[in-house]
Amino acid sequence: MTDLTRLPSQSTQIPLKFPSRTARIWRERIIAGILFLAAFSSVATTLAIIYILLSETATFFQLVAQDHNSTIGAALVEFFTTTEWSPLIEPKTFGVLSLLSGTLVTCLVGLAVAVPLGTIMAIYLSDFAPGRVREFLKPILELLAGIPTVVYGYFALLLISPTLQKLILSVQMFLWPGKEEYDYFLLPGFNMLSAGIAIGIMIIPYISSLAEDAMRAVPVYLREGSFAMGATRLQTAIGVVLPAAFSGIVAAYILAISRAVGETMIVAVAAGLQPIFTFNPLEGAATTTAFIVSVSLGDLPHGSLEYQSIFAAGIMLFFVTLIFNILGYFLSRRFREVY
Amino acid sequence: MTTAPPVEIPQDLKTIHQSIDRRVLQERIFIGLGLLSIVIALFALIALVSDLLLRGLPMLNWRFITSPPSSTAEEAGVLIAWVGSLLVMLVTAIVAIPVGVAAGIYLEEYAAKNWFTDFIEINISNLAGVPSIIYGLLALGFFVYVLNLGESVATAGLTLGLLILPIVIVTTRESLRAIPSTIREAAFAVGASKWQMISDHVLPYSMGGILTGIIVGISRAIGETAPLITIGALTFITFLPDSPFKSEFPFISFEWLKAPFTVLPIQMFNWVSRPQEEFQINAAAAGIILLVLTLGVNGLAIYLRYRFRKGIKW
Repeated sequence: MTDLTRLPSQSTQIPLKFPSRTARIWRERIIAGILFLAAFSSVATTLAIIYILLSETATFFQLVAQDHNSTIGAALVEFFTTTEWSPLIEPKTFGVLSLLSGTLVTCLVGLAVAVPLGTIMAIYLSDFAPGRVREFLKPILELLAGIPTVVYGYFALLLISPTLQKLILSVQMFLWPGKEEYDYFLLPGFNMLSAGIAIGIMIIPYISSLAEDAMRAVPVYLREGSFAMGATRLQTAIGVVLPAAFSGIVAAYILAISRAVGETMIVAVAAGLQPIFTFNPLEGAATTTAFIVSVSLGDLPHGSLEYQSIFAAGIMLFFVTLIFNILGYFLSRRFREVY
Repeated sequence: MTTAPPVEIPQDLKTIHQSIDRRVLQERIFIGLGLLSIVIALFALIALVSDLLLRGLPMLNWRFITSPPSSTAEEAGVLIAWVGSLLVMLVTAIVAIPVGVAAGIYLEEYAAKNWFTDFIEINISNLAGVPSIIYGLLALGFFVYVLNLGESVATAGLTLGLLILPIVIVTTRESLRAIPSTIREAAFAVGASKWQMISDHVLPYSMGGILTGIIVGISRAIGETAPLITIGALTFITFLPDSPFKSEFPFISFEWLKAPFTVLPIQMFNWVSRPQEEFQINAAAAGIILLVLTLGVNGLAIYLRYRFRKGIKW
């Protein structure tokens, strides 16, 4: 009978003993458990965010109902449907539409800047630019995304605003000359237009990078088929590549919107902290995010009505960006699967 | 078979040439538009940087870097701000690196392809898109009041650590994914256990990519303002947090973790918000330092990524 615990060549010399495997098995299990906990921390963070926002918002609505001597239902209705937000001046009203209008206007201005520029840039970079130009430009565009947002706020307040003020004044003086300077419309120092333009410049790389990746993912044979039919590069880019990469491009837009909605410092610095309900970008108004910052800068005590309102604003913000993020996630998964 | 009506294709040379000329013109116009859009973006970048430099460079000197803030613009400095940023980054790194790398390793090497793993991945992808101020609200409600950590450096570090966690996780996963499976299989073939395979064979090769991800995360965290304002970072503070190094036993103290603090972007925000022009010069100088820090750290990451990629030949 051959002895199977010994190597054939050294059967009488070296015994082959295997150490117990129990220690190794337990070590592996413990390590796997620790690593799993680390991964689960992401779920724990989301749960913590939802829990904190919900519980503090519940306190907020209770306090509002107390303050108005009405029910929580009435407080909810007021929150979602009225347009005045004055937490400090009697009578205290909390209509979130006022904050949302600020967010909406700044985002629209930002998108009006970023979508055309970013899309044209993406089409140019993916279908027209020579490889070296693309490799050179992409990191520079990434720089735009890496600049801290306070610096963009500085830019909007101290560079874009004065330039716009002078521009609007000179256009008016050209069209309707002869009036005194104070008779013209003067752009206020805090306005949503400059903040929106700065937001737009900031999110250009989000759109151009992601849209360009989506367009580059389109297989080369689709382009070649179009060229074989006699189409120019422009016709191919717009007629073949753009529709094929469409869901990826829309995912890029949606992620850019989500980024613009969550932007805080640019609007806090340049659009002012006054929560008014307006759709005029030439005025200054607080966005949802700027409002949260303005309350945090003050010294309102934790648990007071005005203080809890930031959690109500926060939960609105969270759900809006959650919807956009989920939409963008599923759209970008779809475009990656098609090929 | 399509049922479109037959199209009249012009056979004469003149129409064909006209069509080609028209389309080539359109293409040239579009190339012009494309270059114009790039020029506009670059112009915005250059305008921003040159305005910062023009306004802030004269203010940038040793005194500025080593003085605390003050109500007179000429005497104010960023000392407390950059020390605060440094301390907060330290805590951020200590929080984000172990948890992020561990989570990345789990998701890439251990996780089974089931709905629960998908759920974790959706969570991470969503957290990456949550506005930073929401992290501030989370920290305010949870770290400051439930855990009673107060408005301190520790809270700030935890908040920013959570903020950059998705970045670290995603980069760890990508660097692990880049390693060919032959390395893993060879380790198994000589009898290594799963963790031995990861720690001795896979992790060392992916360290470069992971380090790059950490540095990109830190550069993002340096510029974050909103969450720190929300948890109560002060915008005007004239004393440094307690030094971690003491001259008597036990030589290291953790008092600084509980200290009030400010960071560089908040200092800049405070100065920008003031109407006096002298403070705007200070803000520009602080902005230059902030920009140099952020872009410098980012550049370091890109350089490291390039260096590590050169060394490994699969």
